[in-house]
Amino acid sequence: MNFDAIKELLYRLADDDLIMGHRNSEWTGLGPILEEDIAFSSMAQDAVGHAQAYYIILHQLLQEPAPDTIAFARHHSEFRSCHLVEHPIGGYAFSLVRHALYDTAKSIRLEALSNSSFRPLSNLAQKIGREQRYHQLHAETWLRQLGNSTQEAKTRLQNGLNEAYPLAFSLFEPTLYHDAMVDTGLQISEAELEAQWMEKVQALVLASGLQLPEIEDKTVAYGGRYGKHTAFLPPMLEEMTEVFVIDPQATW
Amino acid sequence: MITEAKVYTALEDVKDPEIPVISVVDLGVIHNVEIADNERVTVEMTPTFAGCPAIDAMKSDIYRAMQEQLDLPKERVTVNVLYNQVWTTNKITERGRVILKGFGLSPPPEFDGMLTLEVLQNAVCPNCNSNNTFMMSTFGPTACRAIHHCNNCKETFEQFKPL
Repeated sequence: MNFDAIKELLYRLADDDLIMGHRNSEWTGLGPILEEDIAFSSMAQDAVGHAQAYYIILHQLLQEPAPDTIAFARHHSEFRSCHLVEHPIGGYAFSLVRHALYDTAKSIRLEALSNSSFRPLSNLAQKIGREQRYHQLHAETWLRQLGNSTQEAKTRLQNGLNEAYPLAFSLFEPTLYHDAMVDTGLQISEAELEAQWMEKVQALVLASGLQLPEIEDKTVAYGGRYGKHTAFLPPMLEEMTEVFVIDPQATW
Repeated sequence: MITEAKVYTALEDVKDPEIPVISVVDLGVIHNVEIADNERVTVEMTPTFAGCPAIDAMKSDIYRAMQEQLDLPKERVTVNVLYNQVWTTNKITERGRVILKGFGLSPPPEFDGMLTLEVLQNAVCPNCNSNNTFMMSTFGPTACRAIHHCNNCKETFEQFKPL
């Protein structure tokens, strides 16, 4: 067992979910219609719960700090989240497209992780993977319906896609221990996951009447897995940790 | 003498705070109960949805039930939440399904193996028992509920999502 590789993998999985969850929670009270307000809030709750479950493994089995400490007391350079999830929610179209790109990747990754050589992770991936079907269904339904509705909806979604798609490759930025992770069967390679994701995304975009923008450099949004983040992350963390920082010992 | 049966009976007093009619036993979240030396009880439970915010409330309610019904102080009770066990709605008991329906929540359909799109989208109306329904939203007031509409009696209803 390569514990450095396991930790690195758990942190990047958890941090993506925590940051994506927090961003999606910013739709609470602001959703364009009530159902979407609730949907983004629910997906946020699920994602933060998934992050917590990974943090629990880190804490209970790998001697890392308590879940709340990991979530709320780290410097932004210690986060392993990717750039895609850090960007502000923007308009609903951007958030919807980002959710589709993110959750399609997450579904594929969880399916692969269901066979991970690290049993606590493969068990958890199977559990979360079931919940993930609802996220996937939500993303696909809305993208297809809006993409095939009015010209305005189409234009907005296409703009959202043009903005989110180049960032989405940051999901597959290999981590420091990537090769060890693959060699020890913790997870299949990022390149393999990316290829599976591309195939699904292409089909979904086509079915939604949209077009994938040309990508010249897949690495433009790389850096997150090494703690190099966009300028959007620090202020978001500041807001997210505001209450915790007032009294880290408080019980709830 | 503390027996497993007594612990389960006490646990029937612990309800899901978000659906306060169904017990943790009927919800199928009690994974295992162990009794050591007739004085220590360990309860293992699985969360329904991993992000379910009711878990902590259920945990403290379990301590309370053990104290009130079996006179077991908190020091002699351990509640472990297992994230490595897959919980599925197939674990909800028959009695639990009847209770959910009585509460106005369409019980999740039982399914084999794969949680297919078809399973996700089909709900029986808890008011008129019609199958002629459609899913309005995959997400409802809590993580475990979806919103459906009945074409037959025209009521909109909530379903306990199959998982």
